[in-house]
Amino acid sequence: MIYLQLFWEFFKTGLFAIGGGLATLPFIYEMQAKTGWFTLDDISNMIAISESTPGPMGINMATFTGFTVAGIPGGIIAVLGLICPALVIIIIISNMLEKFKDSKYVAYAMYGLRAASAALITVAVLQVARVAFLHYDVFQETGKLADLFNPIAIVYGIILYFVYKKTDKHPILYICISAAVGILLQM
Amino acid sequence: MNEYLDLFLTFARIGGFTFGGGYAMLPILEREVVDNKKWITQDQLYDYYAIGQCTPGVIAVNTATFIGYKRKGIPGAIVATLGVVFPSLVIIMLITAVLQNFASYPAVQHALAGIRVCVCILVLNAIVKLAKKALVDKITVVIFAAVLACSLFTDVQTFLIVIAAGVAGIIIKTILSKKDLEKAAGGEEK
Repeated sequence: MIYLQLFWEFFKTGLFAIGGGLATLPFIYEMQAKTGWFTLDDISNMIAISESTPGPMGINMATFTGFTVAGIPGGIIAVLGLICPALVIIIIISNMLEKFKDSKYVAYAMYGLRAASAALITVAVLQVARVAFLHYDVFQETGKLADLFNPIAIVYGIILYFVYKKTDKHPILYICISAAVGILLQM
Repeated sequence: MNEYLDLFLTFARIGGFTFGGGYAMLPILEREVVDNKKWITQDQLYDYYAIGQCTPGVIAVNTATFIGYKRKGIPGAIVATLGVVFPSLVIIMLITAVLQNFASYPAVQHALAGIRVCVCILVLNAIVKLAKKALVDKITVVIFAAVLACSLFTDVQTFLIVIAAGVAGIIIKTILSKKDLEKAAGGEEK
C-alpha cells in the first residue's frame, strides 16, 4: 500500500528531523536508497524547486516527493505524514507551558532559548547574505577582491533598508517589489 | 469572519510568502499575527519561535501550530498548520506537473536574487527587534555569542545547541537567584 508507506516514511522524517527544512535532506536520501521511489537526480531537482518556491522547505520537499511517487493524493499524504508528529508534540508542549507558565524554571529556560534563537536566525541571515550580496564562487576562481562583491545587490539592499525603515509597510509588499526589481535589473 | 477561516487564510498567506525556511517568516509573522491580528504578543512569538527550533518538525509549521492552539485549541492548531502548508502543496504540485525545469528559468533566478536581498533586510530588521528582547544582560550576550560560534564553526546538531542554551539559562539563573537571596539574607542580619 503505497499511501500508507509514504505516510509512514514522512511521519518518521517529521519525528526525527529537528531544525528546519535542510534537516529533512538526510531522510530523503535514505528514503531514495531504501525505496527507489525516485532517483538521485530527482533529489537535486527537488532541492532546486523547493528553494525557488515559497513555503517551508521541508513541506516543499515532502510535496514534491509524494507527488512524484503517487500523484496528488501522494503529495497530500506525504505532507500530512510530515506534520503529524510535530502537531502532537507542539500541542503537548503548549499544554505544559500553560500549566507551568508561572514556574521560574520555564522563565529561566526561555531566557537562554531566546538568546539562542536570536543567534540561529543571525546565522541563517549570514548564509543568505553570502549568496545575496557576494559572488563567492567567482571570487574563488579569479581571486580578485572586486569580483567578490555584487554591487547591484548591495546598493539595492541599502536603499531597501532605508525605504523599509521609513515606509514600514507589509513585508509581503517588499518581497513582491524585490522580485520585480530582481527581474528588471537582471540580478 | 469565521475565526477558523481567518486562521487558515492568515497562515496560508504567511506560507505563500516565506522564501527560504522558517527564519524568513519571522518578519511576516510579526506583522500579521502580532501587529495586525494581535493574536499573541511579541514576547510569546519569540518564545514559540525559540521552542520551534529545538522540537521535531519544520520550524514554520511548529510556530503555526503553537499560535493556532493558543487561539482555538486543537482544531485551531490543525487549521493553522494546514493553512501554512497549503500554498506549498498547490504550488509545488503545479510546478512539478507542468514546469519541471522551473528553477532554471533566468527570470525565476533574477526574481529570487531580488527576493534574497529583501529577505536579508527584513530579517535583519527582525533580528534587531528580537535582540532587544533576548539580549537583556551580559549572560544572554555570552549565550548568543556561544551559540553563534558553535553553529558557524562546529558540526554539532543545531537542536542540541539550542537545548544546551536552555539548560544553561536554567542553571545560571538558579545559581544567580540563590546568590541574590543569600545577599538579601546577609543584608538583613547586619
